[in-house]
Amino acid sequence: MIARRAHRDLARAITSVENGIADYQVTAARLAAQGHRREGAGHAAIIGVTGPPGAGKSTLVDRLIEGFRANGETVAVIAVDPSSPFTHGAVLGDRVRMQRHAGDAGVFIRSMASRSAGGGLAPATRDAVRLADAAGFDVVVVETVGVGQVELEIVAVADVIVVVTVPALGDSVQTIKAGLTEIADIFVVNMADRPGANATAVDLKHMVREGKREIPVLQTIARDGTGVSELFAALGARRGAEDSNAVRAVRFELVRRARDEAVRHALAALDSPDAAAILERLRAHELTRNDAIDLLLPMLGGPVHAH
Amino acid sequence: MQTTEKTIADEQREWEQLTLLPFTARRPESREAFRTQGGAVLERVYTPAHVADIDFSRDIGFPGQFPYTRGPYPTMYRAQPWTMRQIAGFGTADDTNARFRFLIAQGQTGISTDFDMPTLMGYDSDDVRSEGEVGREGVAIDSVDDMLDLYAGIDLEQISVSMTINPSAWILLAMYLVVAEERGFDRTKLSGTIQNDIIKEYVAQKEWVYPPRPAMRIVRDTITYSAQHLPRYNPVNVSGYHTREAGSTAIQEVAFTLAAGIAYVEEVVKAGIDVDDFAPRLSFFFVSQIDFLEEVAKFRAARRVWARAMKERFGARKPESMRLRFHCQTAGVSCTAREPLNNIARTAIEALAAVCGGAQSLHTNGYDEALSIPSEPAMKIALRTQQIIAEEVGIGGTIDPLAGSYALERLTADIEKGCFDYFAEVDKRGGVVKCLEDNYFQMELADAAYDLHRRKEASERHIVSVTKYRDDSANPVVELHHADEGAADRQLARLRKTKAARDANAVSRALDEIVRVAKTDENLMPATIAAVKARATGGEIVNALRPVFGTYVETPVF
Amino acid sequence: MPIKVLVAKPGLDGHDRGAKIVARALRDAGMEVVYTGLHQTPEMIVTAAVQEDVDVVGVSILSGAHMTIFPKIMALLKEHDVDDIAVVGGGVIQEADIPKLKALGVREIFNAEATTQELIDGIERIVGETGRDRSRREAGAAR
Repeated sequence: MIARRAHRDLARAITSVENGIADYQVTAARLAAQGHRREGAGHAAIIGVTGPPGAGKSTLVDRLIEGFRANGETVAVIAVDPSSPFTHGAVLGDRVRMQRHAGDAGVFIRSMASRSAGGGLAPATRDAVRLADAAGFDVVVVETVGVGQVELEIVAVADVIVVVTVPALGDSVQTIKAGLTEIADIFVVNMADRPGANATAVDLKHMVREGKREIPVLQTIARDGTGVSELFAALGARRGAEDSNAVRAVRFELVRRARDEAVRHALAALDSPDAAAILERLRAHELTRNDAIDLLLPMLGGPVHAH
Repeated sequence: MQTTEKTIADEQREWEQLTLLPFTARRPESREAFRTQGGAVLERVYTPAHVADIDFSRDIGFPGQFPYTRGPYPTMYRAQPWTMRQIAGFGTADDTNARFRFLIAQGQTGISTDFDMPTLMGYDSDDVRSEGEVGREGVAIDSVDDMLDLYAGIDLEQISVSMTINPSAWILLAMYLVVAEERGFDRTKLSGTIQNDIIKEYVAQKEWVYPPRPAMRIVRDTITYSAQHLPRYNPVNVSGYHTREAGSTAIQEVAFTLAAGIAYVEEVVKAGIDVDDFAPRLSFFFVSQIDFLEEVAKFRAARRVWARAMKERFGARKPESMRLRFHCQTAGVSCTAREPLNNIARTAIEALAAVCGGAQSLHTNGYDEALSIPSEPAMKIALRTQQIIAEEVGIGGTIDPLAGSYALERLTADIEKGCFDYFAEVDKRGGVVKCLEDNYFQMELADAAYDLHRRKEASERHIVSVTKYRDDSANPVVELHHADEGAADRQLARLRKTKAARDANAVSRALDEIVRVAKTDENLMPATIAAVKARATGGEIVNALRPVFGTYVETPVF
Repeated sequence: MPIKVLVAKPGLDGHDRGAKIVARALRDAGMEVVYTGLHQTPEMIVTAAVQEDVDVVGVSILSGAHMTIFPKIMALLKEHDVDDIAVVGGGVIQEADIPKLKALGVREIFNAEATTQELIDGIERIVGETGRDRSRREAGAAR
């Protein structure tokens, strides 16, 4: 059982790392000194929940809390919402859907603003997750921003990743194609009582078949709990096979480094005299934008696509 | 006609060049654009050219005749003035009953009941969530015993009784019917209204228990039950008041309200009832805001839009199905806490707009509206304001007196167009309930409210004694209604007494029956009436159905 | 670092227009705003304040139940040992009750006439006074 007192100390520890006042080591040590480091800590199951806005992620997380608690497991939730790029302010509203657990000391819910970070997480999310783990929570659920882009950063944090979508989100399957098959362990088509749910699930299954990994595609109605027990079964199966995540995490890390390298290379190439000459012709209206791109692309050394 | 219009437009251009421009060059106008309170941009001056698309016979016509722009009835206030219906409710049933009798003695002609938050939300007075709120903002009603005392001594066949109640409306209606029965009144002679407009709760007022779909079924059951058993009763009062008070535009107020009306009609028609068998009993509720001209236009537009929607969408044939009748309340948000007596002037102007717009009944706010629930002196002046308009001003002598004003007709037509645009958008998005679930109305409202707030902070319109002519040296003190700290304890005692006297087994059987019915598609009303009669409380009935219907949790939008 | 505020709607009334406009305005002023949703009990509000580790709890009440709800919130904050979190109120609160609420430790009451700028300034001032960065203090203590 988690002491009420631990909530306060964990919350303040997260603020410390979030605001850059102390690093993870210092805050974790402080938590331990405050007596919140349980025997066997550092073994929480970390579940990522990602997907486009309006997919019902928070409601689904609320159902997950309910299920883990029924199973006697304590749960911490880290829910990330976007910061405004202009004012840096944020409205964090995810916990509204989880308020029924407020009286339960076995549930800790923390909202985080994404601050300047992209990729669906806040800069300190990873540390917050580790602190919640250190404080003794059995399960840590991370809900990503969900602004509609593929949020790959979750791979570096979570053991199991649930990608949530809904029927009739128009291009949601397209969005998913853009890379989520790489990170998903489980696909959930939520709001499955809406028209088009089966079609969306079928599309996803076809897509999964093209890939290398086996990814279950489930349908849920988080609002009334339909399909949630199947989701728990799938999560249980995944939690038993956590080593697969190590491979995925390495793949992801390599892709990220390759991407960063490609960006550096491209920027350097654009500084070359040849490239500068082409850009000068563009400035002088001698070239169209598309012409300029066609001429510049071969200089970048990366893969060349027709557009 | 064509040449005349051209001439007028030409004349206006000429006037602008020769008269206006030299004048504004010397003395510019005080601001660039003048907007109505509801957000529409006003023309400097309106001419026949601005109303060239409006056809008298098609769009304006005569009172009591399609499209009812000028009023639902051919005689309007020449027959009798509107119903003066001041809302009241605080403390226990006895306390509120005394206020009703005071208002009737002062000449009030209808009763309107305000319930406390626990009653509105379906909690009993002894629920932990009710603490601090029992009898505070309205009267506490737990069981039919309370309802008996609430209307004691009032002839329910003679006076119409309105109840401002929503998610738990069907239970309060059941209580009302049991009161009528136990006091020997004839159901078919009962006239009155329950608000029972659950759609606007999700949009604006935020009093809910169950999610939208089961909540719509409850509304449907009350409408069909009324259609069969209560020929003079209004089972739903579709309300724009709360949406506007929450910061919507005038167009949104009318559009969302009438879209809700359309959704209720669809729901009942789907249950196999002919539109003309229940549509005549639908009634509406709008605010009367401070922007006089826009408000008069709004009421006229609402009637025209509803008539056209009922005829074109549902093929209504009876005139009664097409003519919109509405209750009106002056705008609570227009009242200020500073120099509260100024609210009397605001309220008078708003009341006059409601009357010029053809309201069927009216509540005028007390001058203390921004401070507390109304005191007796505040309510008396509010009622007197209506009586002055009815008896002294003489505005009721001619029907729809402002018709034909270029500005008014233009604003009326613009609001109408705005409504049909919203209807098309709602249809495109899959209907009203879908829009609620997707937060469409909520987001539209949030944006409008934020815009209104920013315009207010930019002092686009000043508020006298607050943003202009502010006098910090003198804020006259007015005597306020004082919450009766003993009322909650008295109510808890009443509830204990009811619970002690009833047959607990009969209550639990009656609750089981409601649950059984809820799981089928049968009408909820008969089982609810039986439970209420057995002295089941409102909270018990609401809670029994939570497992069947679920509990609503809002996704907030900003 | 941004000021973090919990905007809380206790009680049964659903008048959330003010609370939401405040949330939006504070966000636009660069603050991080946690919104509780409607119909919150004092226990729910304080749980959120603890877990979110906010600097300020802003409570919006229009139901007249403020003299019941504020004492409970203040007591619970103390019980959880987080009474260094500043509490402010808004809504319909009668003039006569304001001194009583301040005696309970409520830092400020913003009535309906307060502009959003007054509110933003007020919160910044209060956080400045209480010393934002309880966490900084604590981190220092731990070192």
